[in-house]
Amino acid sequence: MSKQVDVPELGLVALLRFAWTQLTSMRTALILLMLMGVAAIPGSLIPQRITNPMAVRDFFGSNPELAKWYDKLSLFDVYGSPWFSAIYILLFISLIGCVLPRSVEHYKTMLAQPPSTPKNLNRLSHFQEFSGSRESLNRAEAWFKKNRFRVRIEEGTISAEKGYLRETGNLLFHLSLILILLGVSFGALFGMRGEAIVNVGERFISVPTSYDTLTFGKLSGENSLSPFQINVDKFQAKYDPKTSAPQDYTAWVTVNSDGNSSKKILKVNQPLTFGQTRVYLQANGYSPVVTVRDSLKNVVFQGPVPFLPQDGNLRSIGAIKVPDTKPSIGFVASFVPTNARTTSQGAISIFPELLDPKLLFSIWEGDLGLDSGIPQSVYKINTDNLKQIGLGSVKPGETFNFDGGSITLETVVPWVNLQVVRDPGKSFALVGGIVAILGLLTSLYGRRRRIWIRINGDRIEIAGLAKNSAPGLETEINKFVAAVKGEK
Amino acid sequence: MQTTWAYISNYFVYSAMAVFTISFISHAFETAFAVRSPEASDSTQGSLLTKTLDYKRTEKAARIATAMMILAFILLFAGVITRGISAKHVPWGNMYEFSITGALAFTGAYLVALRKYDLRWLGLFVSISVLLTLGTAITLLYRNSAPLVPALKSTWLVIHVVAAIISGGVFLLANVVAGAYLYLERIESRGARPAWLQRVPSLEVLDQLSYRLVAFVFPLWTFAVIAGAIWAESAWGRYWGWDPKETWAFITWVAYAAYLHARVTVGWRGRRAAWLCIFAGSTFLFNYVYVNVWGTGKHTYSGL
Repeated sequence: MSKQVDVPELGLVALLRFAWTQLTSMRTALILLMLMGVAAIPGSLIPQRITNPMAVRDFFGSNPELAKWYDKLSLFDVYGSPWFSAIYILLFISLIGCVLPRSVEHYKTMLAQPPSTPKNLNRLSHFQEFSGSRESLNRAEAWFKKNRFRVRIEEGTISAEKGYLRETGNLLFHLSLILILLGVSFGALFGMRGEAIVNVGERFISVPTSYDTLTFGKLSGENSLSPFQINVDKFQAKYDPKTSAPQDYTAWVTVNSDGNSSKKILKVNQPLTFGQTRVYLQANGYSPVVTVRDSLKNVVFQGPVPFLPQDGNLRSIGAIKVPDTKPSIGFVASFVPTNARTTSQGAISIFPELLDPKLLFSIWEGDLGLDSGIPQSVYKINTDNLKQIGLGSVKPGETFNFDGGSITLETVVPWVNLQVVRDPGKSFALVGGIVAILGLLTSLYGRRRRIWIRINGDRIEIAGLAKNSAPGLETEINKFVAAVKGEK
Repeated sequence: MQTTWAYISNYFVYSAMAVFTISFISHAFETAFAVRSPEASDSTQGSLLTKTLDYKRTEKAARIATAMMILAFILLFAGVITRGISAKHVPWGNMYEFSITGALAFTGAYLVALRKYDLRWLGLFVSISVLLTLGTAITLLYRNSAPLVPALKSTWLVIHVVAAIISGGVFLLANVVAGAYLYLERIESRGARPAWLQRVPSLEVLDQLSYRLVAFVFPLWTFAVIAGAIWAESAWGRYWGWDPKETWAFITWVAYAAYLHARVTVGWRGRRAAWLCIFAGSTFLFNYVYVNVWGTGKHTYSGL
């Protein structure tokens, strides 16, 4: 399609015009479309920060040199990378440049009458000839009307066309893709996403400080947080006794918003909704409730400590940090809901429910580094500058005494991870998706065709043309002929 | 009770495999024996090419083959249903269940298409590939019937997975047709077709057929992806997250969109179109095998 153009002599405007024509050409659009498919591949083979940040960290650990290069090429953030963005932005510009002019053109065609009847119908497909009169022409017009053809009536001839819906659907489909992209961008700019671990029995208040992680879209901020409170009253997890596979998670909650309090049930496929904000039940684990006393039996720490699950049987790791003693004490701990001993691995859990819970720990003394200003994991303690002063384990109700104090495991409560999401763009994306399917259906199954009829003395001539060689015109013309002959 | 139904399901699947084998043998028999060697008096042309196909001789074998295919379909259908009863949910909880349902969808797509087009030449291939799928499923992928993990407990499981499985069945059928096109094109470029291939429709018909199949099922695939997004929104708190399965579903969608554009707007036909069709179909297969077996992400559930 494109011709060789002598670029330097054309000047800037012509160059831009040339670039625009190239970009909006079907060939470029097709190449960009395929390129987008290919560009999406590395994101499924290399771990991505958005889906699996832990795997990215592991990758850095095991292949530091390669990881550095990957990172430079944004291969850990493929879907937000400059090159991926470049492809889809170019694709959408190309799409807009292609679809908008076509929409205008299509709108004009819809308002206009079909083109005049060609001169020589007998050269066209589906040509038929039989004797008839003016009356046949009237019957033809009535048939066209009944079957909702657009008609152009001229002296002794009718030109009729049907199936504009095909192009309408095609354009709607492509426009809806733009709507989906807008919805995605709108959600990314104005949305928010946060996560919080809440112990059963505790209350979550939606303010920035109660979130463990909280991110806002570029054009959104803290004042956009929807105010609500959730009390987690009870949580129940059911597991398959043979395989430990989870079967059901249910949280019973009391919800406070807009001054109303109500009891709700929160499940995996059943989020809570507060206006545009939704709250999802995403994960669960255990928080041992411990009391730590110093050598004078004063309570220096008391409360539930969330532990992080490590496997399907909820063997969990965690850290109990007691900064208020001198020197500070820390417990590097693991918790097993159903304890079993193996010779090789130490304590493991053999079932995710609390059948035989046990807390195992090593005790460390020294500077925990809490005041150093460096962010720390709540589940880990850096033991580099600490001295180990003991090793022990407790079951619920038991107390372990060590040199300098004691630790008691009072009980164990489950925790749930609440994911709070506001995505104001998702309804656009949904509407876009629905329109896309409807548009696709009409454009792929719709048939555009023309039928002509002309009276030539006492002869009636008929011909038809199906665009995109769609089938079915034959039968339609036969029906038409029958109607024109007045057979029905 | 649960295990009883699972056993019944297994018997149905085994019986279906046996009947598929009979169907395969009948198809093979039909193709092999329809070839009639040239008679001695027929030496005017004097080459191997004078071998002709005489399907009257093997009409009975052909009828048996198709009848067996239908019977096997019914047995497999019963196997899938009883599997569902044993697990008390739609039988799409793990890869074994996907595989037997996928084999069912593939056979179904073939049988439905057979009513409209003369596709019996494809039966040999359909029966052997279904046999291979079921064989792999029952030996490598078999897992005891189990309840669903919480994320799968949703009506969207039925909607999303039915759409995806049907699309997959038809995509693979289109792939087979495109593959047949490429093979025949190579053969024809070297001369006339050998006798046993004469029944396969002309290149033009094959070319059109694979396009028709894709165009027919592309909206359904789009629906499967969107239904998945709606479900993901309610289960995982986001409708699109570039999870490996989602990424590959997207790649498949893009590949087929490119295929449709290449045909409709750019006018690709024949070999290039067939290769693009096969490429698009392989992204679907890759998604099924790679992401389920080796992949990570939210679409991998315990025990495949």
